Amino acid sequence: MIGATTPAPTLIDGVPAVVSSRFGVEGGHTIDGYRSTGSYKGYEAIRKALDMGPSAVAATVKDATVLGRGGAGFPAGIKWGFTPAGVWPRYIVVNGDESEPGTYKDRVLMERDPHQIIEGCLIAAYAIGAAQVFLYVRGEMAHAQERIAAALNEAYAAGLVGRNILGTNFSVDIVLHWGAGAYIVGEETALIESLEGNRGMPRLKPPFFPAAKGLYLKPTVVNNIETLSNLPWLFNNSVDAYRAIGTDASPGTRLVAVSGHVNNPGVFEIPQGTTTFRELFESPIYGNGIRTGHQLKMFIPGGGSAPWFFPEHVDLPLEGRVIGGEGSMLGSGAIVVMDETTDAVRAALRLARFFARESCGKCTPCREGTTWQEKILQRILDGHGRPSDIDLLLDVGDNISPGPYPVASDAAKGLDAIPYPPKQTTICPLGPSSVAPITSAIRRFRDEFDAKIVKRNLIPVSVESFEDAPTLAESTDHGADTHV
Amino acid sequence: MEQTPMSEKPLPTVVTEPVNITVDGEEITVQNGELLIEACHRNGTYIPRFCYHPRMNPVGMCRMCLVEIDTGRGPALQPSCMIEVTPGMVVDTKSDLVSKVQDGVIEYLLANHPLDCPVCDKGGECPLQDQAYSHGPGESRWVEEKRHYAKPIPISETVYLDRERCILCDRCTRFAKEVAGDPLIHFIDRGANTQVNTFPDEPFASYFSGNTVQICPVGALTAKPYRFKARPWDLQTVESTCTGCSVGCRIEIDSSRNHVLRYNGVDSDPVNWSWLCDKGRFGFESLEAADRLREPLVRSGETLEPASWAAALATAAEAINAASPGSIGVIGGSRLTNESAYAWAKLAKGVIGTDNVDAQLGDGLPADVVFGLPQATIDEVCKPGGTILYLGPDPKEELPVLYLRLKHAVDEDGARIIELAPAGTGLTRHSAVSLNYRPGELGQLVDSLVSGSNSTGENAALSTAAKLIAAAGDSLTVVIGRANLAENAQSVVAAATAIRDAVPGVKFLVALRRGNVRGALEAGLAPGYLPGRVSLTGGQDDQVAAFKSLWGNVPAKQGLDTKGILWAAAEGKLDVLILLGADPLSDFPDRSLARRGVAGARTVIAIDRFPTASVVQADVVLPAAGHSEEQGTTTNLEGRVTVLNQKVTPPGTARPDWMIAAELAWKLGGDLGVDTESSELWAELVASTETFAGAGVDALADTANADGIVITAEPRPLATVEAPHVSPTSAYSLRLVVNRKLYDAGASISRCDSSSALAPAQALRLSPADASPLGLKDLDRVSVTSPNGSLSARVALDSSVPKGTAVLVHNLAEADPGALVASDDAVCEIRVEVG
Ligand SMILES: Cc1cc2nc3c(=O)[nH]c(=O)nc-3n(C[C@H](O)[C@H](O)[C@H](O)COP(=O)(O)O)c2cc1C
Ligand code: SF4
Ligand code: SF4
Ligand code: SF4
Ligand code: FES
Repeated sequence: MIGATTPAPTLIDGVPAVVSSRFGVEGGHTIDGYRSTGSYKGYEAIRKALDMGPSAVAATVKDATVLGRGGAGFPAGIKWGFTPAGVWPRYIVVNGDESEPGTYKDRVLMERDPHQIIEGCLIAAYAIGAAQVFLYVRGEMAHAQERIAAALNEAYAAGLVGRNILGTNFSVDIVLHWGAGAYIVGEETALIESLEGNRGMPRLKPPFFPAAKGLYLKPTVVNNIETLSNLPWLFNNSVDAYRAIGTDASPGTRLVAVSGHVNNPGVFEIPQGTTTFRELFESPIYGNGIRTGHQLKMFIPGGGSAPWFFPEHVDLPLEGRVIGGEGSMLGSGAIVVMDETTDAVRAALRLARFFARESCGKCTPCREGTTWQEKILQRILDGHGRPSDIDLLLDVGDNISPGPYPVASDAAKGLDAIPYPPKQTTICPLGPSSVAPITSAIRRFRDEFDAKIVKRNLIPVSVESFEDAPTLAESTDHGADTHV
Repeated sequence: MEQTPMSEKPLPTVVTEPVNITVDGEEITVQNGELLIEACHRNGTYIPRFCYHPRMNPVGMCRMCLVEIDTGRGPALQPSCMIEVTPGMVVDTKSDLVSKVQDGVIEYLLANHPLDCPVCDKGGECPLQDQAYSHGPGESRWVEEKRHYAKPIPISETVYLDRERCILCDRCTRFAKEVAGDPLIHFIDRGANTQVNTFPDEPFASYFSGNTVQICPVGALTAKPYRFKARPWDLQTVESTCTGCSVGCRIEIDSSRNHVLRYNGVDSDPVNWSWLCDKGRFGFESLEAADRLREPLVRSGETLEPASWAAALATAAEAINAASPGSIGVIGGSRLTNESAYAWAKLAKGVIGTDNVDAQLGDGLPADVVFGLPQATIDEVCKPGGTILYLGPDPKEELPVLYLRLKHAVDEDGARIIELAPAGTGLTRHSAVSLNYRPGELGQLVDSLVSGSNSTGENAALSTAAKLIAAAGDSLTVVIGRANLAENAQSVVAAATAIRDAVPGVKFLVALRRGNVRGALEAGLAPGYLPGRVSLTGGQDDQVAAFKSLWGNVPAKQGLDTKGILWAAAEGKLDVLILLGADPLSDFPDRSLARRGVAGARTVIAIDRFPTASVVQADVVLPAAGHSEEQGTTTNLEGRVTVLNQKVTPPGTARPDWMIAAELAWKLGGDLGVDTESSELWAELVASTETFAGAGVDALADTANADGIVITAEPRPLATVEAPHVSPTSAYSLRLVVNRKLYDAGASISRCDSSSALAPAQALRLSPADASPLGLKDLDRVSVTSPNGSLSARVALDSSVPKGTAVLVHNLAEADPGALVASDDAVCEIRVEVG
């Protein structure tokens, strides 16, 4: 029987389970499970939304301030409002490409509660007047793809997706599409290119802002899986109920994926903006402490693209603006904890390599710069580093992301934070993201780099011998027939 | 430092609304909405760039053109190739930050670059080299091993790719996809391993592949005909015009040590936008063909023996002198310059006194039609939002760069094409409506389109087409030509006059194919006409008299066209047949008549560059100069006169056609009135006709006329022509279409090393609906029989061929459809049998 093993929680530690209430429920991914378990009854929200009319639905989402959960934290209601009036057709694209290092919360949503996503899609499509939704799932996530496909089949069979939904004249098709395994197609314009059948490479903004010129150059709203998963709960409850959770600027909950050196890694739903990293690492219902016997060395607060934080930052709340001001970002909600056994250079190399491998190759600074960073870090790690390599690394990064790169404060050294986001010479933020781990590691752990840069005994060269040598100008002065 | 190859000058200004912006502290006035990189360039600030190309959509990939732009929210780094100017924009192209990131881009691009400049074709004219000097850091901090690939790899028969040199600017790939419509090259892999490549087992077989070599900003793409042939600083360059077909693309000829080594496209805004087709681009290879005619030849029994010019000309003159003017015919002349065409018209009609003169080989349209239709330019046909009725040859095969312009008009400028064709063409997929007609039935189709008789809409495509045409009104343009060499010209002529009668104000682009066919006709190489469209029989007595006094004589009555000349020859009534760069045995659609004609003429005099099938049968062979070997002018299909420049000397004792005419005239006791320069002939033609009056030597030399001068002439009266009556299909159950391919056994193209292998295999293309009753599948062999002959061919099933129609290609090495065609027949009916 559905829901027999674990009762679906409506509250998790006093916090309403907005999106995760069916995670532990056996059969919660089926249409019956969706209708009968969890913190609200499935497919009731779309009924309510259909009664409200599209503009009231859009207004509700706007009033609730449903922040995007894909990385940038942009309010969904405002994004929907950017679609130009009177231009048809328009599309909803759901971003399930989740590939940011450390991030695995959308996967759980897709595998455990696919109907919640489908209902979210219906509400969004109804609000902006889209007749087509494309659900783009990361290439490697076979189980998620299967679950969503099965759920879509159920929903079509139940008349919840397709023509004349619930007997109204609202019709929408939801198409499942999966990628071929590329981090970059998580970037919304690259995802759109990929959906169109092209190689996944980002488009330039301007002019290709998806809301105006998206899929097939038509108005397109790209939302993250988790963002849309919030909508059924919101419409089953109320704007006030939603806003009662979290903070005023960041209402509601958010899923965080904690990994690394904690005793209990996992995906947790926490109220936005109020929980601190310390609670997340220490609380028995979350991380349950840093690996026993070890101390926190550093942590990534928002996915591989985010500059690193350090022990002095654990009392910061997980709130976008606070974290941004402190030189990093909450991004995709992926928190990677590293204890003192972690080699900072090696960790930076791992991330640098990821970005070098995943660069789409479209723009020069990212294509060449990310690989160069990887090569320099590798040679430092291999003991072939040169003293000038640290400056070189920083400058290679500076040509991808000019200006001081965002970093966390370092009280011990009296250094202030440089706020997020970074500048870029690149088309999309992937290039600048590659700079984050390097700048973070160098600023904080320069001694580890220095220790690896072996001071080899170079063959002494007399400085005079150079000074005695003729300059180029002198040597060419010897006459037209003596070419050097 | 400014680096602007001829082909990449800024686009002509499109006036929208003048606005002021500030660039590096100076206020300039630009057009609202234009791209910043263009606006700066036009106003003297060159922003470095790699991926931006003025004739392609910007992609903002290389990041070399980053500048700081302030639109009120503080300066931000933005790629100037992607940003449209807005009023009040403040731009800094030289700030410290801009220089820093440009240095960075160059250092990145060079990090993995092989820097094998000393052995790179591009070295010396390389945007990467130049911009590394002007904007680079001067030194690289890269100490790692560079990226390595096998190199170069052939990506087509002509183009080689060196992936180590590639800077991944997307120019070639963008060109292939957006401009040529042949997306056969693409990026593969990711990050620093991203590379351009073809799909497995699918070469970059595009008719336009050579353009990628021209626009590649580094030496990553090289073309077989030029690889390792020269260093740019050894090249001498002049501008000229391609005469590979009648589009007349503007080119630069590069030569070294008296060898033509390369043609590059020049950005001529009304014509080719810097693009060329590969046939034109690599056509210079035939200039140095091993069998190029280098000295005169005179028949001695079975063989042609070398002779002196004096002897050969004397033999020719003797034959001409011995014949009565009416028994002399001249076929050809559309390969000639305007000047040479005029010289030959004057020789034939003034000195010899025959009007049996025709520049076309029965595969074009009568001069009456060319002169009788109101003319449109390419720009008028391709105007934004225009409606184009296309009933001509497959432009992708015959007029390639016109195809690119049409494609662009549809893809980017909202033009709509209504195609009428006997079978699918390269244009079909770009057409709003494509209607197939059975050979011989074009007239009915055109009638129902323009008369509005199909408004009932029982045929959806037809009524859509009719509605588009009705909506276009007098802005309709028509491209007209011969889509089928197995039908005589009458049905096309009838269609043209029907459209002209039904749509007042309509304009036509007459799509004749050969290089200077239009110039040859206008210069008088057409039966019944003197230069400047002066009709011998059309009541223009004053003008005829003027020529009589200029030339000393003019023919009394209208002579024969090519078909007539060949008939006369076949019946033994022709004493002298002069082939002026013409090869009727390969080109005249009715092969049997051509053979009988060439054999039947008592003396054949051939003026040519190659020993073609017809030339080897001649009695006197006079070697002619070719493209790039003589000075002159040419006229493209629009009537645009442009300058042809000489760059090298002709081989052996070959000489320009006009000179041959002048010397022959001399031997015949006449005088063409030309001493040393072809420009004397041009001056005479310009002075004696209204048509060419505006295109004098000085006008053509004016830089304002760098794109040439379009001659204007009132259309001559042209009577409405009835569509031919075609009897219903007989036992011969299919109607034949004979069309052309870009690469065939043509005299020049078959002598270009890099193109000769590209001619397709002959195949009888059949609709599956016709093939299946016969149990035919691809590659099966069939015999094809018409009332005039038969041949054996392999079959290719092709669903773009309508039922009841079959298609063969003209002038391939095998299965010559000329054997089936009779030049008098309105259609050619064939029977197909297995075996
Ligand atoms: C390199 C890169 C990778 C990204 N990957 C993802 C991803 O995997 N999933 C996602 O939802 N958003 C990802 N994003 C963010 C999307 O571009 C987009 O902002 C987001 O899908 C919008 O949804 P939201 O407003 O609901 O957050 C990525 C962005 C970048 C620059
Ligand atoms: S920054 Fe990197 S991933 Fe983004 S478009 Fe440029 S090359 Fe591609
Ligand atoms: S081959 Fe040349 S044109 Fe093509 S992407 Fe590379 S550098 Fe650009
Ligand atoms: S389209 Fe015609 S004129 Fe232009 S390059 Fe090709 S052959 Fe020459
Ligand atoms: S020229 Fe603008 S980015 Fe390449």
